[in-house]
Amino acid sequence: MGFLCNWCSYAGADLAGVSRIQYPTNIRIIRVMCSGRVDPTFVADAFLHGIDGVLVLGCHLGDCHYITGNYEAEIKMSTLSKLLCIVTFSDRMRLDWVSAAEGNRFAQIVSDFTNHIQELGPSPIKEGKNKTQIIDDLEAVKSVLESSRLRGLISRQRDLVTEKNVYGNQITVENFKNLLDDAINSEFVRHKIVIKIKEIGKSVPDIANEIGIKAKEVLEHIVVLRSRGLVDVYEINEEIPTFISIQGGKE
Amino acid sequence: MTNDDIRIGVFVCHCGTNIGGVLDVPSLADYASTLPNVTYSTDNLYTCSEVGLTDIKENIIEHKLNRVIVASCSPRTHEPLFRSICQEAGLNPYLFEMVNIRDQDSWVHMKEPEKGTDKAKDLIRMSVHKAALLEPLERIKVAITHSAVVIGGGIAGMTAALNLGNQGFKTSLIEKELELGGLLKSLNKVFPSNEDASNLLENIEIIESHDNINIYKSSIIEKVSGFVGNYKVVIKQNKKTVDIDAGVIIVATGAIPLSPEGYFGYDKKKIISQLDLESLLKNDQVKANNITMILCVGCRNEERRYCSNICCMSAIKNAMLIIEKNPNAHITILFRDIQASGTVYEKYYRKAREMGILFINYLPEKPPVIKKDVVDVYSDLLNQDIKIPQDLVVLSTPLIANEDSEVLAKMLKVPLEENNFFLEAHVKLRPVDFATDGVYVCGSAHWPADIAESTSQANAAASRASTILWRDHLEVEGSTAEVKTELCIGCGACIRICPYNAITKDEETDTAIVNKVMCKGCGVCGASCPKNAIIIHHFTSDQIRAEIFTYGGEI
Repeated sequence: MGFLCNWCSYAGADLAGVSRIQYPTNIRIIRVMCSGRVDPTFVADAFLHGIDGVLVLGCHLGDCHYITGNYEAEIKMSTLSKLLCIVTFSDRMRLDWVSAAEGNRFAQIVSDFTNHIQELGPSPIKEGKNKTQIIDDLEAVKSVLESSRLRGLISRQRDLVTEKNVYGNQITVENFKNLLDDAINSEFVRHKIVIKIKEIGKSVPDIANEIGIKAKEVLEHIVVLRSRGLVDVYEINEEIPTFISIQGGKE
Repeated sequence: MTNDDIRIGVFVCHCGTNIGGVLDVPSLADYASTLPNVTYSTDNLYTCSEVGLTDIKENIIEHKLNRVIVASCSPRTHEPLFRSICQEAGLNPYLFEMVNIRDQDSWVHMKEPEKGTDKAKDLIRMSVHKAALLEPLERIKVAITHSAVVIGGGIAGMTAALNLGNQGFKTSLIEKELELGGLLKSLNKVFPSNEDASNLLENIEIIESHDNINIYKSSIIEKVSGFVGNYKVVIKQNKKTVDIDAGVIIVATGAIPLSPEGYFGYDKKKIISQLDLESLLKNDQVKANNITMILCVGCRNEERRYCSNICCMSAIKNAMLIIEKNPNAHITILFRDIQASGTVYEKYYRKAREMGILFINYLPEKPPVIKKDVVDVYSDLLNQDIKIPQDLVVLSTPLIANEDSEVLAKMLKVPLEENNFFLEAHVKLRPVDFATDGVYVCGSAHWPADIAESTSQANAAASRASTILWRDHLEVEGSTAEVKTELCIGCGACIRICPYNAITKDEETDTAIVNKVMCKGCGVCGASCPKNAIIIHHFTSDQIRAEIFTYGGEI
């Protein structure tokens, strides 16, 4: 699947056509006006529907038709990439820049990416042993990308590190990166927990076992999730509570 | 999910043999007819021909189609044509979609016709699912105020105002000083013609008596609001406030020469600036015989990394004028590089050398040292220290941005670059435009410019401004962003992220609101909103997801 921006990459693809440059048939293109329109949840959705590889192509940095859209695309895809890394899916997503004059480059990128995906093989969610596990992981990635916390951080990133906030403080790139990484990791675990306890209630030690992290950590996350109204106590068996996800809640 | 209200017509094009020679077009039309909500599908030889277009119109009416898909070439070239055909048939132009099965299919998969056809089927199916979710959108007609505001009454501002006034547009020229003229008033003569600067101010009479130009002297800008075609500018003239309506604004606020305070012992007596020298020359007060000029003072360094474009020529001009008056004078120009581009300036420079003016190169890491009667400088060319006798030193400093640039930039919502000069929309393709529609820039406000450049840019800006002013009204694209106020939490992320400042906060509801005229429909706000509260019309998340889901399939 390819997301191409109307002014540069889509035009580059058209130029490849006009120039009769041949490339593999595996790609289907969705036209957007700007690469910054590509919500990272679209990419998560693509993977959840079995698509083997996703290309996002925009204008070269500094040349965006909408001036800053591709910088936002870069930031969004960078966070998406970190999340996909956690679930070892990052190799299947690529962000690149193609200008309206680069028909050759477009064809080259599509060819290279197609070969790369062919080497990786079909998406692991279509077949294979870990199918449910991977689907759960991708669902968690999608939930994180839909959460206000991450979306808020991603959309404010550029202005927070370049301009001062309302208190006159400027956040350094390094500090912001740490803040974001922390948010990514903790929110991912939280949303994974929510998915794990969607169908049946589970206890903290059980959840910890399934996910592979310490019970103490799970408990901290459960407390936060409860305060957000995303999970609640299911029942208490011999003084051990189990928890289950509930609908609604404040993200 | 079939909805009786959605009636899609699919027209697949052969484009002669361009598509038909590679893909199995009839089978694509057949395939389309099997898709949900498709009422009618057919194939045409050339859909963009008279015959093809009529076919679309007739079938819209006959089959009561309310969505039209053309599978052919690129929407970048043909979308406007097919949209207007839909409009002629009574269908909202935004209920039309194109599928690119030529530039992005038949032309690039010529050796794989079967796979190419499969790809076309997928692309058509994606489009059908998106089309079912399309909504009618309206293009907004915006009324225009057919007048202009020009900020700055120097050579650039005056040229722009005169241009617009002559075209018949009412123009308000705002000048913060007591008189028009800008920097030209402080100059003696101008290069390369060496004529009096006052010659260039002859137009002031014409401007001051022009029927279409209103001049506001001693006036500064207090507030700017509105958007293209509908600006409201509030100025303060002495203590009085004046409201001016305008359709366009031109920024021509110029730049100011840096005073060399703190450089090389500047004392305004024996160590002076080029601007000081202009006054002395004007009043014939240059008595010195041995003059050393130092170029690039206070620029092309860490603090100001730019070259100020005009100082080399200014220094050379003044040096030549001094020698013409006083043939016994010895002038040495200490330079880092000489900017003498083109034929005219190169000739000017050579003439100066032929007149006996000495040009000695100095290194920035070994700047000249001024002593009582002598300037010490290390010459890189000669690889030795030289002592130059002097009884006057002249420092060439750069033009720097006006101190009120920041305030003005915020009022106009236009950007500044790192040296606080105004930043254009695109350095090559739109050099006098701002990204914000209806605001333009010219002259040294944008970059240190000589008079020829300033007048060219001023005429360019006036010309660009007139492309708005001549119209009866503006029509804006309907595919813009819209905030769902019930979901908006007023975080302001979209307000900050919009490259066009098209989103503001509604004071009453504390939620974001998009100005449909300023919105360009890029969709970045929609992809960023923490609450998914923004709809990007014509490229909605639902529409895009429909395309993704139908391609990927269910797992």
